[in-house]
Amino acid sequence: MSTPSAATTSRWRALTHHHLFWPVAVLVALLLVNVPFTPDFFSIKMTDGHLYGSLVSIVLFGSPLILVAVGMTLVIATGGIDLSVGAVVAITGALTCSYISDQADQNALSGVFLAMGIGLVAAVVCGLWNGFLVARMGIQPIIATLIIMVAGRGVAQLITDGQIITINSEPYKLIGGGYWLTLPFSIFVVAVVVAVTVALTRRTALGLLVESVGGNAEASRLVGIRSRRIKIMVYVFCALCAGIAGLMISSNTSAADGNNAGLWIELDAILAVVIGGTSLLGGRFSIGGTVIGALVIQTLTTTIYTIGVPTQTNLVFKAVVVIIVCLLQSPKFRAKVFGAKFGPKSGAASGGSAATEPAKTVTTAEAAPKMEVS
Amino acid sequence: MLNRRNFLTAAVGVAAAAGLSACAKEDEGGSGGSSGGGSKKITLGFSQVGSESGWRSANTDSVKSAAKEAGFNLKFSDAQQKQENQISAIRSFIAQKVDVIAFSPVKVTGWDAVLQEAKAAKIPVVLTDRSVETKDESLFVTLVGSDFTDEGRRAAKILEKVLEKAGHKGKVKIAQLEGTTGSAPAIERAKGFKEVMEAEHKDDWKIVVTQTGDFTRAGGKQVMAAFLQSNPDIDVLYAHNDDMAIGAIQAIEAAGKKPGKDILIVSVDGVKDGFIAMSEGKINAIVECNPLLGPQLMEVVQTVKDGGSVERWIKTKESDFMQDQAKDALPTRKY
Repeated sequence: MSTPSAATTSRWRALTHHHLFWPVAVLVALLLVNVPFTPDFFSIKMTDGHLYGSLVSIVLFGSPLILVAVGMTLVIATGGIDLSVGAVVAITGALTCSYISDQADQNALSGVFLAMGIGLVAAVVCGLWNGFLVARMGIQPIIATLIIMVAGRGVAQLITDGQIITINSEPYKLIGGGYWLTLPFSIFVVAVVVAVTVALTRRTALGLLVESVGGNAEASRLVGIRSRRIKIMVYVFCALCAGIAGLMISSNTSAADGNNAGLWIELDAILAVVIGGTSLLGGRFSIGGTVIGALVIQTLTTTIYTIGVPTQTNLVFKAVVVIIVCLLQSPKFRAKVFGAKFGPKSGAASGGSAATEPAKTVTTAEAAPKMEVS
Repeated sequence: MLNRRNFLTAAVGVAAAAGLSACAKEDEGGSGGSSGGGSKKITLGFSQVGSESGWRSANTDSVKSAAKEAGFNLKFSDAQQKQENQISAIRSFIAQKVDVIAFSPVKVTGWDAVLQEAKAAKIPVVLTDRSVETKDESLFVTLVGSDFTDEGRRAAKILEKVLEKAGHKGKVKIAQLEGTTGSAPAIERAKGFKEVMEAEHKDDWKIVVTQTGDFTRAGGKQVMAAFLQSNPDIDVLYAHNDDMAIGAIQAIEAAGKKPGKDILIVSVDGVKDGFIAMSEGKINAIVECNPLLGPQLMEVVQTVKDGGSVERWIKTKESDFMQDQAKDALPTRKY
């Protein structure tokens, strides 16, 4: 940058104004923080026929969060929010594991598939219920989904009878804790779900419809978009994603824990969506950003474990990092601290669709009060 | 937009769901609960921490069945690991004028206000399993439960035996999986272990990493996976409960190491799954923490109600287990 030519400057600008620039920068920074504490942090080696290393662990343990956050992204894009995902995770895991534990042969494929089917159907039912309350009954999403958030965990405990159900099923272990082609199997599940979501929302008009419903549901309805149907659809999709995450979490430890499975995952998921640059006001979303956001949160958790933060200060450490990330995401804050270089206005010159996007990015602090108004 | 009929249907839906959650959280144990005329029947309000582990479920079952046997009317409430839930449960017990309140505190501190209210209402409070920190000793009658500090000491003592048996000489690098931050068992199990370590093994033992796994399997697995990355040369794992140890075992196996051989494991509790892991050679020693304190609790409740005096701390009966005892002890494990 000593002799910045016009071309490199504009390229740099386009880069810093890409909507994924700040989430990726934070992710890279967090990964680098680990290096002094774990010298071979980036090394990946073969162990027992599968890849093993910190990066693999981050993706493996982060998979459920990515799934939940992707579903949450679409709900938030319609201007809604889904607080029930944690409970759906617990219900799905509880139903599936209790069905498998009742089988004579826990390794039978048919039984495992049926069990997963039962679990996912339950998840879809939860999604339909949320969608029905929000789209048909006009109840505010935060209230509508609060019902299953609170009641659902009770249902999960009812299913497991308050116990931790331990199962011993090799096929079921694959989905959340097993390996395929040397990689954690959950990576493939996540890849498929993300690819399908991106294809459906960006290759068809579906994404546009979701955004238009989030932008203005009434106007969308008047131009002929079935906005209620779209809303129900996103809640069902979100619950389905949470259901798959529930399978992964219970499969990872081969146990269903009605009380703790997916506890607070809804908040982490919302955070991941926000870090990824999706506006909580609805109207636009970024699946890629959400995936990065979820990885940031999982890396942060791993970082806390590896750098030896005293347990009492875990949450403070997490809070500080999240505040910094949210501030970095705010164009106003950047303009004030770094000057006009990273601010919202200078980006107009570089043109392109990416440049306008950071301007719409909002932090949680800004978005929360507005949400109540709408 | 929202007409009256729609609103009503929605309201009914909300009410139904809320009712469902209430059922799930506050199921009435004991015998029926609605035996109106029984004025002599003791009503016991019990607030449980949650159901974070197999140990806790066994504890809950023991309290429920012992209350039934003693013919008490038990009002059971699950706090789902949150202090605020527990405080509101205790307040509702006070409002319902129960005879005795018993609870396992989620956290050590922050109980003075609500316990003052109980005292003002003249309802005796019995702590179970975990203790609280308070300046006013009159706020609770007694504690029925284990001595966690002693469990920590016993864990360190049994680790000496484990190391000797494994033929481990020289320096010992220890990883510790702590329980929920701020909870009595987490604080005291760490304290007791450290006490013995500093008194007798100051030069050779060292805790190289310590972090909370929240007493859960998923927590133990994730934290251990990170430990193995940052400190690949760990010799010993000391887990504050069996469930975290079970999670950690999975992480150790994923790293291509042998739990119980490459990394020696000592854990506390003694739940069935822990004993299964020990009989498979994956856990080296377990320090028992007995959850079946229901009968002892009911005895105390009866005495307190009758106006008798009890000791400040009624300790539960416990023992330690090494690997060679695992197979014999396994069939006797109920939880």
